[in-house]
Amino acid sequence: MSNVSTEIKPTSFLSFKELKKSLFTAVWFMILTLPIMVIKVNTIENTVEWHWNRMVFVGLLIFFGSWGWRYLLARREMGPRPRKAESERKRFNLTAILMERKQVRTPTIIILAVMVIVFPFISSMYQTNIMITALNYIILGLGLNIVIGLGGMLHLGYIAFYAVGAYSYALLNYHFGVSFWLALPIGAGLSAIFGILLAIPVLRLRGDYLAIVTLGFGEIVRIILENWNDFSFGPSGIANIPRPGLFGIDFSLPQVTTFIYFIMIGLVVFTIFLMIRLENSRLGRAWVAMREDEVASRAMGIDIRKNKLTAFSLGAVWAGMAGVVFASKTTFINPASFTIWESVMVLSIVVLGGMGSIIGIIIAALIMILLPEYLRAFSEFRMLLFGFLLVAMMVFRPGGLVPAKRKVYTFPQEEAGNE
Amino acid sequence: MLKVDNLQTYYGNIQALKGISFEINEGEIITVIGANGAGKTTTLMSISGIVPPRSGQIIFRDESLMGIEPDSIVSKGIIQVPEGRRIFPYLTVQENLDMGAFLRKDPEGIREDFEYIYSMFPILAERKNQQGGTLSGGEQQMLAISRAIMARPKLLLLDEPSLGLAPIIVQKIFEIIGKFNKESGTTILLVEQNANMALKVADRGYVMETGTIAMADTCENLMKSDEVRRAYLGI
Repeated sequence: MSNVSTEIKPTSFLSFKELKKSLFTAVWFMILTLPIMVIKVNTIENTVEWHWNRMVFVGLLIFFGSWGWRYLLARREMGPRPRKAESERKRFNLTAILMERKQVRTPTIIILAVMVIVFPFISSMYQTNIMITALNYIILGLGLNIVIGLGGMLHLGYIAFYAVGAYSYALLNYHFGVSFWLALPIGAGLSAIFGILLAIPVLRLRGDYLAIVTLGFGEIVRIILENWNDFSFGPSGIANIPRPGLFGIDFSLPQVTTFIYFIMIGLVVFTIFLMIRLENSRLGRAWVAMREDEVASRAMGIDIRKNKLTAFSLGAVWAGMAGVVFASKTTFINPASFTIWESVMVLSIVVLGGMGSIIGIIIAALIMILLPEYLRAFSEFRMLLFGFLLVAMMVFRPGGLVPAKRKVYTFPQEEAGNE
Repeated sequence: MLKVDNLQTYYGNIQALKGISFEINEGEIITVIGANGAGKTTTLMSISGIVPPRSGQIIFRDESLMGIEPDSIVSKGIIQVPEGRRIFPYLTVQENLDMGAFLRKDPEGIREDFEYIYSMFPILAERKNQQGGTLSGGEQQMLAISRAIMARPKLLLLDEPSLGLAPIIVQKIFEIIGKFNKESGTTILLVEQNANMALKVADRGYVMETGTIAMADTCENLMKSDEVRRAYLGI
């Protein structure tokens, strides 16, 4: 690797050889995309239109794209340059500095808190609404993080618990008039029970097999909701779910949106607090050990069965709560909101943010939910951008946006000795 | 201390242990030697409950271990160092050791044991904030043994500690096993391919062949036995 690094210099990327490579790729893509980008058949007038200018666009895009891509890859191969490494490490540790230094941390938290509180009053209702959605996904991401990031179990049916939460509020309210505040713990509890129900049959499975069973579970829940008309009103869903109230105060629509926003903020803060506690608890350490090596953790006296059950049920609790809030926010739910695509979305948030990293997941959730909203203009290319983002992520930041950093345990005695 | 009687263990339909019986006394080092597939590892796995035996009896300090979950067997003081080291690769050395003390609730004692281990393996103290997976094979084996020691075992089950290590490291590992046994009086059940080293460090030995115990004697006598010399020592 070391002799490669001396050969590839950024300047050598202007050489004829590199340009020829990109040119070749561009021409190749121009030919490949010819049928879909250039030739257009007008079926009404029975004429063929040729959009040559599009071909030029494709060519230019691919030429610079491939050139830039290979340049970045080569730079990555080189690794950080010795002198730059120091400054890069500093920049990389920005989050660490923010979290560790007290004189920096307190103002940061205060500024963040003020921004969060002021946000719904200075922005439109639409902005607040999409922020609520993003906050919802933060909770989902952090919940799934228990199962995937800490427990190391690939879970593809997570959204089923979200559905359980949403439907438990909708149905309990429809039949018994249960209020939002009562439904919140009930939905969480029901989700936890479903989590255990799922975990029991999959106790012996790992890896791909586990992923397939959880995928199946997610679909089963959705299909039941879609077809059991007497129970869940089928595809037509449940409408007129009341928004959360507060001591019978009548809120206008913008007011209630703001109210939900603050409920979500409260839930997110609560979740983050518990996650941090959980991560460094005995249970959290047992999960991490289980993720690393099941046999070894059993040999250390960790009860794998109990561990898996708690991971699944605790993970489900957050999805259940998020589901209740989702139902109260949209006031209408049907099974179409709980497709496999939603599970993939949450999974992507966890992977993109960095498994096990709380800050990473929060940032990833904001990016994944807010970006598509602001890119509505490019809505047709959203999926394309999404795919590109994931590929680029895996190449350049395989550990996630903010890779998880495990806490270093020290004993007070040692610290005293070091000083 | 541990009494195994007519133990039979199966993997699916395949019988790995065809009724073995042996006994371990307090403070001894017992070694089980034998060829590949003789059932040595299965014996350990059966005792630690990771592969539950189908029939027979295991008595540990007047308590039966049959049908008990692995984690409660660990809490009784039987700690296994699994074959192939199996440390936690992404946890630091310190965290690995910490996991060894998972069931303990005496911070003072845990701290003392940390110091004991770091004095016994200075290299681990040097690397305590390094990820386990970045250690060399020998260091990983030391870490695996240390992790088990952190659990304050009453009976330590060692599965092929010499696997894949250079002869000089193997020698060092065995010295440490002997030293630990003398210093702490911990009973050790050692499963080994390296019969030569194992018989030197142990008090008594069992020779296993295809799921049965073929020979049982003191290590001195086993080393003198023509059969063992020919088959396992290559002399």
